[in-house]
Amino acid sequence: MDIKTMEQYASQTRRDIVRMVAAVNSGHPGGSLGCADFFTVMYHKILKQDPKNFTMDGEGEDLFFLSNGHISPVWYSTLARANYFPVPELATFRKLNSRLQGHPSIDHNLPGIRIASGSLGQGLSNGIGAAEAKKLNKDDRFVYVLMGDGELQEGQIWEAALYAAAKKVDNLIATVDYNGRQIDGDVEDVLSLGNLKQKWQAFGWETLEVDGHNMEEIIATYEKAQSLCGKGKPVMVLLKTEMGQGVDYMTGTHKWHGAAPNAEQLESALNQLEETLGDY
Amino acid sequence: MEKKIKILGEKDTRSGFGEGLHELGKSHPNVVALCADLTGSLKMNAFEDDFSDRFFQVGISEANMISMAAGMTIGGKIPFTGTFANFSTGRVYDQIRQSVAYSKKNVKICASHAGLTLGEDGATHQILEDIGMMKMMPNMTVIVPADFNQTKQATKAIADLEGPVYLRFGRPKVPIFVADDAEFVIGKADTIFEGKDVSIIACGHMVYKAIEAAQELAKEGINAEVINMHTIKPLDIKAILATAKKTGCVVTAEEHMINGGLGDSVAQVLSMNNPTPQEYVGVDDTFGESGTPDELMTKYNIDTADVIKAAKKVIARKK
Repeated sequence: MDIKTMEQYASQTRRDIVRMVAAVNSGHPGGSLGCADFFTVMYHKILKQDPKNFTMDGEGEDLFFLSNGHISPVWYSTLARANYFPVPELATFRKLNSRLQGHPSIDHNLPGIRIASGSLGQGLSNGIGAAEAKKLNKDDRFVYVLMGDGELQEGQIWEAALYAAAKKVDNLIATVDYNGRQIDGDVEDVLSLGNLKQKWQAFGWETLEVDGHNMEEIIATYEKAQSLCGKGKPVMVLLKTEMGQGVDYMTGTHKWHGAAPNAEQLESALNQLEETLGDY
Repeated sequence: MEKKIKILGEKDTRSGFGEGLHELGKSHPNVVALCADLTGSLKMNAFEDDFSDRFFQVGISEANMISMAAGMTIGGKIPFTGTFANFSTGRVYDQIRQSVAYSKKNVKICASHAGLTLGEDGATHQILEDIGMMKMMPNMTVIVPADFNQTKQATKAIADLEGPVYLRFGRPKVPIFVADDAEFVIGKADTIFEGKDVSIIACGHMVYKAIEAAQELAKEGINAEVINMHTIKPLDIKAILATAKKTGCVVTAEEHMINGGLGDSVAQVLSMNNPTPQEYVGVDDTFGESGTPDELMTKYNIDTADVIKAAKKVIARKK
């Protein structure tokens, strides 16, 4: 898929996100919008996958884990638009009897999801386990994990960081959504992460940085990340994003981390986001 | 009313786990083991030595271990995690809840040094709430085997059960009375002694205490039925109702808090189906302390004498 088409997908996904969240007056639009470009590139360019024949084990395929499960809207939209499940199902988000739970769940077998997430800090460990299983199975595909930057305040992340480097889990490509914001404010103010790049490097990870809104750079960075695999080190990508990207009033603040737009705000957001693939 | 039982020796239940796991290494190529720096205590060395590519030393990082184990099931592995019961449950409740139980992952959480019989290390390590925590978790099977042989058999049996399991065992050497060729059926209680006067339903180390109590009671003309309720969840409701109907009164015995343990599960079954007088032998809403296992069992009222006392009390209540 070319960049222009992927940009159309990302725009549609941003529309899906604000519409899904507004429809139930709950959910997390900020981080979802910020990661729309990343998710689009991953699912249309980077991940080796078979959406129509989803299996839990994903043998011979790349696996993707979302640790910061609250940005489920961007994942659900991306999965639906990549043919994992029917696009109209996005209308069930956060509603009773839906497969699209507030935070990702496998309870109703939603294709594309392999483990629950939402309680933060667990996804990197889940990914390491899956990566170790791939090694035992002599499966040479990769395991990808996305975490939030605020999530790195969880101690378990650093247990996992130690493990992956010490045990040479080198089929693992982790990403931090480095938007600098969390519910209570800027990460810097809530609990500073200090020099994050140096921290991951000191833990023994190959550490890359990329502008999370430049699709060409995202592609190049993950291709580089793949080339760094198999050399005894796990790979970390610090994905610099803007929370709320694409909707002017949602950027430059932490306030849209977990708040839904009202009808007027929704209209304003949709006016800024081109409908490219047809709304659900 | 002869209450005889064949004692086959004396060993710790954790060694039963270690042997069972080692045998699984040979029979089940998808079984992997993870340990958080307690390989010797959990008796996992034999597995580590012979199946080193399938043994994962995670260091003192229990949260990472549980979530990693959940991840390893994706790809068809059957992970057995090993650490003390306290660190297998309370420390990692949320990891088990989200990554294992809610996500229906085929992880076997194997927990040693449960209860007071951990002994001298004291209350920080003597978890007495783990059965309650684990049985409350949807999708979780909870098994508390009684001796070395049964722990070995249970370890092997859970490998073939699809889904999350909590397997609880302990540190001290205790008499072996389950036959080494016995079949372990998850969810099906073992009747050790038939009786008509009182039912003693026990799990784990308390099964042997119940056997001793029944033998003492027999000398006084009291015929106790002893049931080894090794599976707390799913509970053998049929066995509970049958024995309660037969004897008319029940004693439950466990090395665990009275709150939330086996006794509570039994009481729920009885109150809903056939209200029956019941006495609890368990730890009564208190932490433990340092001491030898025997001293602690006595001080915290979970010894043979306490089972006998409870049996007499509950028999009196049914009249």
